[in-house]
Amino acid sequence: MIAGAGNGPRGRHPRRARASPRPGAQSRRGVASAVAGYIDLVTAHRLFPGVRLHIVTGKGGTGKTTLAAALALALAAGGRHVLLMEVEGRQGISQLFDTAPLPYEERRVARAPDGGEVRALAVDPEAALLEYLEMFYNLRRAGSALSRIGAIDFATTIAPGVRDVLLTGKAAEAVKRTQAGHPVFDAVVMDAPPTGRIARFLNVNSEVAGIARMGPIHGQANSVMGLIRSPRTAVHVVTLLEEMPVQETLDGIVELEAAGLPVGAIIVNGDRPPVLTSEQRAAALSGTLDREALSRAVRAADVATARAPTVQAVVDALLAEARDHAERVELAEQERSRLVDSEVPVLSLPHVPGGIDLGALYELAADLRAAGLGSEATP
Amino acid sequence: MTGSLWQGARHLDIDARLADPGLRIVVCCGSGGVGKTTTAAAVGVRAAEAGRRAVVLTIDPARRLAQSLGLSQLDNTPAPISGIDTAAGGSLDAMMLDMKRTFDEVVEAHADPERAAAILANPFYQALSTSFAGTQEYMAMEKLGQLHRQSEASGTWDLIVVDTPPSRSALDFLDAPKRLGSFLDGRLIRILAAPARAGGKAYMRLVTASLGMFSNVLTKIVGAQVLRDLQMFVTSFDALFGGFRERAEQTHALLADRGTAFLVVAAPEPDALREASYFVERLEEEGMPLAGMVLNRVAPVRLPELSPELAGAGAERLRDADPAPGSAEALAAALLDLHADRMRQAERHHHLADRFVAANPYVPVVAVPALAQDVHDLEGLRRIGQQLGRRPTTP
Repeated sequence: MIAGAGNGPRGRHPRRARASPRPGAQSRRGVASAVAGYIDLVTAHRLFPGVRLHIVTGKGGTGKTTLAAALALALAAGGRHVLLMEVEGRQGISQLFDTAPLPYEERRVARAPDGGEVRALAVDPEAALLEYLEMFYNLRRAGSALSRIGAIDFATTIAPGVRDVLLTGKAAEAVKRTQAGHPVFDAVVMDAPPTGRIARFLNVNSEVAGIARMGPIHGQANSVMGLIRSPRTAVHVVTLLEEMPVQETLDGIVELEAAGLPVGAIIVNGDRPPVLTSEQRAAALSGTLDREALSRAVRAADVATARAPTVQAVVDALLAEARDHAERVELAEQERSRLVDSEVPVLSLPHVPGGIDLGALYELAADLRAAGLGSEATP
Repeated sequence: MTGSLWQGARHLDIDARLADPGLRIVVCCGSGGVGKTTTAAAVGVRAAEAGRRAVVLTIDPARRLAQSLGLSQLDNTPAPISGIDTAAGGSLDAMMLDMKRTFDEVVEAHADPERAAAILANPFYQALSTSFAGTQEYMAMEKLGQLHRQSEASGTWDLIVVDTPPSRSALDFLDAPKRLGSFLDGRLIRILAAPARAGGKAYMRLVTASLGMFSNVLTKIVGAQVLRDLQMFVTSFDALFGGFRERAEQTHALLADRGTAFLVVAAPEPDALREASYFVERLEEEGMPLAGMVLNRVAPVRLPELSPELAGAGAERLRDADPAPGSAEALAAALLDLHADRMRQAERHHHLADRFVAANPYVPVVAVPALAQDVHDLEGLRRIGQQLGRRPTTP
């Protein structure tokens, strides 16, 4: 077993400066794309230089799959080859990249600058087990015999832990695979199960190693665990700035660290910059925004008509919306400071209006690279 | 755009369903992060305050929601929730599932003490009952069966609200009995359990031959000691499996019963609605009684007459005059942009919901607007309950 969390990526993290964001850390959409000021981007050339396996988790609904795909694109820039894996059989990657459902086969889904590419794989546990039997034991015929008596079905469904061993084992295999002495993939990104399940999922090999106290499965499980616990792996947690996802993120990080798994970064998805100054937000909350002045400005904006909407109605709606906004920003900032207190690096990605498409993925990938998570070459 | 959601969709009248004494079980299902647990808790509160004696079975509640219900610790048995308005004669209990303890209890209840001890000590059992995904689904259904039998016997509750596990495979519980059945009838278990079930001579020869081949392969892969543990596990579990299957089938029948209502919970995001469509399809295929869809976190609209285009143009007009930062004009421009953003988001939500309704025209729907704050107390759950019970407004 190599290193625990202490020597993992966290130990090597660049100094964090709690200064205001660098002016350069603004994306073309005018949103703080980098770190909201918590990571000094000048010293942080790349956040995770030695990491080969990026595991992306997060509470359901936080955009885990989108972030995994954007991270794969970011890592592929500069002519690199990246494998993006999904393990939950829901074909989220093919939907994101707008391609046909992925078979159990590594298929190119996107190109990146300078000849880089992202291949994607939807891991099917049954196929992975048969492949595993063939690869390690030359047992394809036995595999089909096992399949006939229901052993494969047993292994991948009734004893679902085996499924997790196969899925993590496949990721480890892809990381270690070489061709002519060179790694086939510069990085592997896994769209992993949600935060509530992640420590159990990644730790499953040590569970199995506990069951199989010797023998080849024991060895296999140990070698997978060795990679997952090493500084070559980073587990990133995607969250929104809302109470429940943040709580789950913090709980998940405690669990990951307790299990000796290397925590990478917290990635805030859908971060919306405040549109009002802090004084304006305070006034919106206390109901002391200047109604008269606002009415004059609304009249000048020429959005109201005599019939509908009236100036009165517009001002009422805008004041109510200002209050909603101020409440949300206040809650979001509370949550952000809880994340920052966790001492795990916090990256922030802007809200993408109108939903995610392939173009938006490339933009998010660029934002991730600007924040230090991606390949080093310039696009 | 306003209200187009309701033109095609039937309205899901949750209050009417909760008022029906024939309704005994409500199952909330949906993908992760759509507010399933909150919906289950809000339905429980609303039912209790309308006079039902309800119990909410949550699988993995967020900590503060649990605290708001008075569930500071994982207990595995229902505890009464205080603060509920009992004027209508109802009550609310709640519990969190402890899957290991539920599994242990099943083993202890159905095996003699010696065999139970052997099973509980077996490494395969320990891994199965604590670490493996999938067990949670089985145990949630086991607990539902237990609560149902208990309420039928003692009349403690007349409504059970279940929140399903937070996995993508949230419908795994539907497959549990079938999987268990095909496993039990499969040759694998016969082979593994062969020494304990020595049958006729010809059969034995066959078994010995398969077992020989099988053992060789398994020994090669996992090692002899693991194989011994596994055989021991399967053999000692053999007697229990029958009972498992029987109860799993009972639970399946219970879910398909007319006294059950499935609520598919979703949020106005493409993924969540795609999953919701899948749930609707699966439930229909399985003949499960679908009550309808709860669409959470719909962006609330203020002043729909002020379209995003109009608001955006107004903001531009103000900014053309280059207003001083902090001035009323700058504030108005920012607020008009904010309004335009919210309107566009609401339009997107309606568009997504419309697509769901077009694809599933017979599924009743109720929408719950997004709240500015997270829900973490009874009052918040009550507010969600009011939204759930709201009459549809014609735009």
